[in-house]
Amino acid sequence: MSTLVAGQVLPSKTYIINRAALVTYANASGDQNPIHQNEEFAKSVGLENVIAHGMYTMGLVGQYISEVAGSSSKVKEFSARFTKPVVVPADTNVELVVTATVVEVNEDSAKLEVSATCNDIKVLGMTKAVILL
Amino acid sequence: MLNPDLVGSTFAGATSTTITSESISSFALALGESDTHIAPPTYAITISLEQSQSFLEGSGLDWSRVVHGDQRFAINKPLKAGMEITCNSTIESARVVAGNEIVTVRSDLIESGEVAVSSWSTLVFRA
Repeated sequence: MSTLVAGQVLPSKTYIINRAALVTYANASGDQNPIHQNEEFAKSVGLENVIAHGMYTMGLVGQYISEVAGSSSKVKEFSARFTKPVVVPADTNVELVVTATVVEVNEDSAKLEVSATCNDIKVLGMTKAVILL
Repeated sequence: MLNPDLVGSTFAGATSTTITSESISSFALALGESDTHIAPPTYAITISLEQSQSFLEGSGLDWSRVVHGDQRFAINKPLKAGMEITCNSTIESARVVAGNEIVTVRSDLIESGEVAVSSWSTLVFRA
């Protein structure tokens, strides 16, 4: 990872979010809120449709950061703001596009600023990470 | 509404959780992470959020109105299977904006007397 340079834009990665993936994440995380699985319920509380767990989207971004760092064990800090819900209609694969810019490189760590968009709309804001080199 | 006197108070987790390899591996695989030996950076949420829910509901907040505002993790020691974790949660701030109640909770996941992971969740309870 010593090749990271401040200002460098890292290659993007696309993650597919669909209803089946939300069920898998709900079971793995224990977050069974029906707004992430049940369309009728989601609409009944004023949502456009089923939405992804914010922590699922952040988790996928975490996977990107782990990959950049070389291992989950090298991620020291990770933060994000949930700016827009990721709407997941039935029978649809929603693409989450993740990329990052290296903002600072120190002796043993680097700071990244991450971008996460669906259909060109930013879904996470202020997304930052510190990784060990 | 949250009693303002609760800001600054800490709810110590009554029971400890032993992290299982099954739990880490299903969480990692759900995120497309093939390394199932080390917990992904967001794994701590599976422990911290449940505890936050239990004590904030106990403090009179309606969890069915909650939206996650932002989230931060500081990882001192990556979580692994076999670790026995206790979770202490502190209400760091609470304010009301346009009728919505915005509460920030810091959860410290403690292993062998040391903080392994701190997790800050800002939760918005919609009016």
